[in-house]
Amino acid sequence: MIVLKQVSKTYDTGQVAVCNVSLEVPAGQLLVLLGGSGCGKTTTLKMINRLVEPTSGRIEVDGRDVLSMDPVQLRRSIGYVLQGSALFPHLSVAENIAVVPRLLNWPAERIDKRIEELLRLVHLPAEEFSSRLPRQLSGGQQQRVGFARALAVGPKVMLLDEPFGALDPLTRDELRNEFLQIRRQLGLTAVMVTHDMTEALLSADRIAVMNAGKLLRVGTPHELLHNPGDDFVAALLSTPKRQADQLEALVAGRPNGGPP
Amino acid sequence: MSEQLIECFRDLPDYLGGHILLSVSALVVGLAFSVPLGIAVSRRPKLAEWTQGIASVIQTVPSLALLVLMVPLLGGQTGFWPAFVALILYSILPILANTVVGLRGVDPILIEAGRGLGMSDHELLRKVQLPLAAPVIIAGVRTATVLVVGTATLVTPVGGTSLGNYIFGGLETSDYLATVFGCILAAVLAIVMDQLVRLFELAAQRRDRRLAWMGAIGLLILLAAGLYGPIRKLFGPSPEYVAGAPFTEQHILSEVMKEQLRRAGFTVNQQKGMAEGVQFLALRSNQIDCCINYTGNIWTVLMKEKQSAERSILRERVRRFLRESYGTIYLGELGFENAYALAMNPKRAEELLGPNRSQWTVSALAEQTRCLSVSISGDLQFFRRPEWRQLRDRYELRFREKKEADPTLMYGAVRDGQVDVIVAYTSDGRIEKYGLILLQDDLGVLPSYDAILLVSATAAAKPGFLDALEPLVANGGSINDAAMQQANRQVDVEGKSPRSVGLQLLEAISVRQKEQNRE
Repeated sequence: MIVLKQVSKTYDTGQVAVCNVSLEVPAGQLLVLLGGSGCGKTTTLKMINRLVEPTSGRIEVDGRDVLSMDPVQLRRSIGYVLQGSALFPHLSVAENIAVVPRLLNWPAERIDKRIEELLRLVHLPAEEFSSRLPRQLSGGQQQRVGFARALAVGPKVMLLDEPFGALDPLTRDELRNEFLQIRRQLGLTAVMVTHDMTEALLSADRIAVMNAGKLLRVGTPHELLHNPGDDFVAALLSTPKRQADQLEALVAGRPNGGPP
Repeated sequence: MSEQLIECFRDLPDYLGGHILLSVSALVVGLAFSVPLGIAVSRRPKLAEWTQGIASVIQTVPSLALLVLMVPLLGGQTGFWPAFVALILYSILPILANTVVGLRGVDPILIEAGRGLGMSDHELLRKVQLPLAAPVIIAGVRTATVLVVGTATLVTPVGGTSLGNYIFGGLETSDYLATVFGCILAAVLAIVMDQLVRLFELAAQRRDRRLAWMGAIGLLILLAAGLYGPIRKLFGPSPEYVAGAPFTEQHILSEVMKEQLRRAGFTVNQQKGMAEGVQFLALRSNQIDCCINYTGNIWTVLMKEKQSAERSILRERVRRFLRESYGTIYLGELGFENAYALAMNPKRAEELLGPNRSQWTVSALAEQTRCLSVSISGDLQFFRRPEWRQLRDRYELRFREKKEADPTLMYGAVRDGQVDVIVAYTSDGRIEKYGLILLQDDLGVLPSYDAILLVSATAAAKPGFLDALEPLVANGGSINDAAMQQANRQVDVEGKSPRSVGLQLLEAISVRQKEQNRE
């Protein structure tokens, strides 16, 4: 369970990035932070593993105040997935996955076993992929390794910063479904940042919509679609809805997607 | 194989070994200093700018000046240490700059990924930043390698041993074979070391540890080769240091002193081509044991005397000054003088000063310089020396053009009419060979420059040391003006090696002394 209580972030320059955000992510749920660029969603995410230090407020992960924890230990206990995977280019697939286990001084056999398990989980055969370098992988394969790396030491909580952002639509869809399945399988509590409305609607247990550093609305995709409760949220969510209607029309044989 | 080439190979283990030892050790220390410094400042842009500014300023100091300045800065140390420190300073900028650029060039998203995964600053540096910056840092090391190996050829004037001894020695004695020999070897060494460092770059790129091991083993072999000489000497008797200044006569006399000492059972280390200023510092701190200098030189440069004095008085005052201020022993005169004198081509002298040879004086020349366009050429230091100011002011010399030239070139220039007057050294063999005439110093402005043998205080206390050198200065000196001029000519004009000419000179001395003993 992740709890944010009246969290704010003001940079030294005086710029307010996040203002008074309170959120709750029950254990095993996926919360999506949705909003345009510069809305404060990424800053909010990074405050959870203290890549950004909050100016005020309180953040709890599984009941513990993160601000009282050693940031290095905190981060090792939370999976972190970045846009475009951000694999270390000088390390092989296996070495990338082994980064955190090595920091924790796991014995070599345990690390090898874990790498194999994880590669199986993300559908990359170990014998073929473990010694490859990131540049020898496709974008989708790289992000699979990115997931495996984040899962290496079996975290219960995962943070994802636009994890499917750099992928082509087909790969993105495939990877998202696999991720959702893995997440459910492992019972992970997760927070994911995206600016893609469709992705948010299709992935989230709950969506938190942000704009200009403020939290506008939190709810399940169903709630938000039917009761946006805010003009901005309504405008934001009308786009995927309209697209869905158009697609439906196309499928029904009305080429312009116009009304029946 | 020519005699000169044999001489070159005779010195190869010392010179090449010295060069390797100096370059490799300076690079290793420079690397160990610059990379941590680069890491420390790379996160602080202001500080990085400052440190790189300072390193750039060091880089703009001409290398020769930096080397020579190291001697007084290190309290009169000569030889390896000033060279070592100067080369370290030289290696800093390229390595530091590339470390900063390399670390800054690491994609910020990777740093965030490392941090997000739970790496501490130190782990991030070791596992992500340094490996990713390694190719750029190593490129900086390669630049520094070529720079240091090149600059190490300039350590000769501070008494360092390197391939530069071939280059300087060759230039000073008109032995161009030795110069080219030294240049080629220095270039080959630079290429070899650069390629060894490149192996580390390839190792980083190809993730192949074997390449790094090959590079490391190669550098260790080089270092072992460089250390062979010094270690061998460590187990032998400690050597006596015979210093020589950077011109032909000094190279010959260095061989003469070395041979005399060797015959008396001493192990001798020659420090050829040391700048004279450096020699005096080394003499005072007992880092060299003996050398040859000139009374007039000490009179004007060290004692800062403005007026000349009668020859024997001058000797006496120099002797006393050296004992009191330097603790140095003035063993005696060698028997010849190497003075400054204005020399001309006789044809040009006749044109300017008339046919009467008794009129060929500096005063007569001065009169001509005040109405005609007359040019003069001197060595690189003469026009900054007090002698020049005294000559100019006392005679009211008004030369139209004043050219500084390498001494090896100016004799030919005055013979061929490219310049009217040169500041010649009276013991130079080319005066006679080219038929030049010397103008009479009719006002007696210039002091006398008797060649004298100087011995450091500690060397003088070694049993047998003074006895070994005594024959050179016995009976007012063993080498007269004609003998020294002839010896210089044999090297400068006839292309003989200073060593063979020195031995010949010594042979003549011992024959003469045997004759005297018989009488």
